[in-house]
Amino acid sequence: MIEINGLSKWFGDFQVLTEINEVIRNGQTVVICGPSGSGKSTLLRCVNGLEPYQKGEILVDGSSLSDPKTNLYQLRRKIGMVFQRFELYPHMTVLRNICLAPLKVLKKSRREAEQKAMELLVRVGIPEKAQEYPANLSGGQQQRVAIARSLAMEPDYMMFDEPTSALDPEMINEVLEVMIDLAKEGMTMLVVTHEMGFAREVADEIIFMDEGRIIERGTGQDFFAHPKSERTKRFLSQILA
Amino acid sequence: MFDVVARNLYFLMGGFLVTLQLTAFALGGGIILGMLVGLGRISRNAYVYQPVTLYVNFIRNVPLILVIFWFYFVMPIIIGRPLDPFPSAVISFIIFEATYFGEIFRAGYQSISRDLINAAYSTGLTYGQTARFILIPIAFRRMLPSMITQSIVTFQDTSLAFVIGLREFVRRTSIVDNLEVRSIQLFGFVAVVFFIFCFTGSKISRHFEEKGRRANII
Repeated sequence: MIEINGLSKWFGDFQVLTEINEVIRNGQTVVICGPSGSGKSTLLRCVNGLEPYQKGEILVDGSSLSDPKTNLYQLRRKIGMVFQRFELYPHMTVLRNICLAPLKVLKKSRREAEQKAMELLVRVGIPEKAQEYPANLSGGQQQRVAIARSLAMEPDYMMFDEPTSALDPEMINEVLEVMIDLAKEGMTMLVVTHEMGFAREVADEIIFMDEGRIIERGTGQDFFAHPKSERTKRFLSQILA
Repeated sequence: MFDVVARNLYFLMGGFLVTLQLTAFALGGGIILGMLVGLGRISRNAYVYQPVTLYVNFIRNVPLILVIFWFYFVMPIIIGRPLDPFPSAVISFIIFEATYFGEIFRAGYQSISRDLINAAYSTGLTYGQTARFILIPIAFRRMLPSMITQSIVTFQDTSLAFVIGLREFVRRTSIVDNLEVRSIQLFGFVAVVFFIFCFTGSKISRHFEEKGRRANII
């Protein structure tokens, strides 16, 4: 379980997050949407300790991220993260991209790591690309490799930061399908996305953020059918148009 | 026509050896000091960043020949005895080249996106592992072409050490010329030797650049 209590964060004088409260229970998928600059990505980065925060608390399975005794490196193994621009290691083959952390962090044997990597590549539908370099893959394929790379650490949680917004339209679905399968298999997920079809299908909760605050939250159906605030209505009408 | 070169080849090549030695020391020291300079230039600590930046900006805006001169004439006043031209030239070159290599290292480090590093961290890799497996290999490939180019420039610049009497390639050629008075042949020979070395170097640099570009790393 991930608990966020009264989280606030500043970049210098600028407050990017204000009093964020949220609980993500195991097995849930929470979708965060909102205009750019609303602090969605920053929130994700705070949850796996990539960004420090100044006020409030984040607890992952009960351990606080701001507690100096918490080993952030250990904690991050439990939380996979997928980025907008894939961020594959350009100098390594797909297989090595996936195997690096299992080899170096989990100290798996090469055989074990590669076997697991191949299983994951089958799962995301591109086992034939194992020996290719990221530059030879399409955006959709790269993003699926990035998901496989995160899953190779057998995380308890997966976070996605606009995983489809850098993709050509015809590649969006191949990535979303992988994510939908994950959600249905019971992975706990925190997803920043504007793919409302995805949100409708798998989100247990949808959060709308603007200017660093949570403006509105609701279950999938409720959120779309009866948005309460004006800002949410305006946002939904823009992205659903 | 080039018999004058053949007659003095042994003496001239001795000078070329000095040039190569000076280049090797300048590059070895310049790259090691350059790494520290590069780290200083990305430091968030103002007490590190400011002095290093001042040093880099000062040296990069002064002609190399002045650095060589100053060091040769000022050091005896400080240490109380004259320096030999060779160590004096080596130290001047290291001081000068480190600022250029430092900027190459800084640019290489800064060319790596924050999120690529975050991606590595998010899989549980430590800072050291991220540096070793991700940051350094990628930065190195991106920097390699500029490092080779800067090495060629250093190699060419070593001829400036003749101003403090170092008997390197150009200086020895000029000595032979004073006796033989065959400037065109002698300096033509020097030019050809420099050209072969530098042209080969630039081809190698080009090769690594193309290779990096094909792999989408540069």
